[in-house]
Amino acid sequence: MSYISIKKLWKSYGGNIVLEHVNASVGKGEFITIVGTSGCGKTTFLNMLLGTESASKGEILLEGALIPDEPNEDRGIVFQKYSVFPHLTALQNLMIPKELESAKLLCKVFGAKRKTIAAVAREMLAMVGLEQAADRYPHELSGGMQQRLAIAQALMKRPKILLLDEPFGALDPGIRKDMHKLILDIWKKTQINVFMITHDIKEGFHLGTRLWVFDKVRHDPDAPNAYGATITYDIPLGKCDAQIYNEIDTSLEQSRKELDILETTL
Amino acid sequence: MLSKRLINKKPSVVARVALGMLPFIATLIVYMWFSDIRLEANPNDKLMPSFSTMGDTMNRMAFVPSKRSGEYLLLVDTLASLNRLLLGVFISALIGLTFGILNGAIPLMRAKLSPYVTALSLIPPMAILPILFIVFGLGEVSKVMLIVIGITPFLIRDLQARTLELPREQLIKAQTIGANSWQVIVRVILPQIMPRLLVAVRLSLGTAWLFLIAAEAIASTEGLGYRIFLVRRYLSMDVILPYVVWIALLAFLLDWLLRELSSRLYPWFQAQSGDKP
Repeated sequence: MSYISIKKLWKSYGGNIVLEHVNASVGKGEFITIVGTSGCGKTTFLNMLLGTESASKGEILLEGALIPDEPNEDRGIVFQKYSVFPHLTALQNLMIPKELESAKLLCKVFGAKRKTIAAVAREMLAMVGLEQAADRYPHELSGGMQQRLAIAQALMKRPKILLLDEPFGALDPGIRKDMHKLILDIWKKTQINVFMITHDIKEGFHLGTRLWVFDKVRHDPDAPNAYGATITYDIPLGKCDAQIYNEIDTSLEQSRKELDILETTL
Repeated sequence: MLSKRLINKKPSVVARVALGMLPFIATLIVYMWFSDIRLEANPNDKLMPSFSTMGDTMNRMAFVPSKRSGEYLLLVDTLASLNRLLLGVFISALIGLTFGILNGAIPLMRAKLSPYVTALSLIPPMAILPILFIVFGLGEVSKVMLIVIGITPFLIRDLQARTLELPREQLIKAQTIGANSWQVIVRVILPQIMPRLLVAVRLSLGTAWLFLIAAEAIASTEGLGYRIFLVRRYLSMDVILPYVVWIALLAFLLDWLLRELSSRLYPWFQAQSGDKP
């Protein structure tokens, strides 16, 4: 049986259909990268996996059970920004998951227990290369360091799925490469299921084991919102070549044009 | 040499201090000038006393025990006023913090309370001062209550807005690391709202002083506002003017203290919001 199955998923807001007919099944440990034009419902899809939005029709199953419609420890998330807590230092940011676990009412732990938690957090900091920055606040860290911290924080509770919503979108190309290495290392070590949205198709090809392209199959030029997007390409990576890359690029052209028209009319 | 646009010219440190002092000095000079003119015409003029007269009077108010009660009046007035002000502001801050956060964080609370708070905040507090005197008597409680009623609605509404402004990403992140509602409030929302509470309190201090002076003017036996309104009957500008300056100084010190407290306790907040003096 598949680890995550997505069955006839639809999402609409009033008359706006965002996603339609999304069907997929994902095995344990797959690293799925998701690309598509902006506004095609990638983030909506990720939010449904996360539990902050619920499906209009259809369902998402995790290990055979309906995925809860509010965020929980099964699903870690890294956003493009605001992912870490600005009022906590790097170390405190990594301590808080375990603190919440053992102090349900006080929300803080003290003494020997605190030392144990701090030790675990320091280990994690070292793993993402931030041991020097333990006592710094997020605003004292660079964008790349903040995202490293956010990834580490998302992993503290050992979630089943790691969701990444354009996590490297705001970073410089050089730093982005380091981050790619980091996320691949983590994925290999933990064998966690990853869903990563990116607007960079090359990044999508480079990182995942499987690439999904979200796009509209049907277009109505008079009513751009009448049809939703779905998975138009589902490519196992490793086997891809330049031809597929170009094919996807041209296939997205239509949606891009439509988007341009929408933007100019707005 | 090319001259920069006016909007791009920045004063040096010395120039900034000098420019900042200039209006103060100008005010003093203008006052002295008019005071001299008036006193020359009529040495008994009470409207614009000279600085030496004000100095003598304040010396008496501050350092000579009152003939009637044996108290140092300035000290008694200051302590009484500060006591009421701080108590009122503290209670308001506590209520504002509690309900601001609850309203901001819990949609079910917001749906119930938010319209009520909005409606309450529209009542002019001075209009219900008589009710307070009737219900709580003429003692300390009614004066503190006036401050509380005067600034709490603003604090609740402001802190509710600040809570709603926290990035949703953080609340979601907290849930994905296993936080329940209580834990989200205690570890994510409360610590981030605390420095914003200090900002809101600083903004509401002016209003708090207004209500304090008003309450003291109407029914009191000591306090800075009481004294000003008492000596008004004798046209004692030599007491009123220094008292007003003293009140302004106290207000400035309180504001400065709160700002210092904020930057000491919440260094991350200053960086995030840019230092708003």
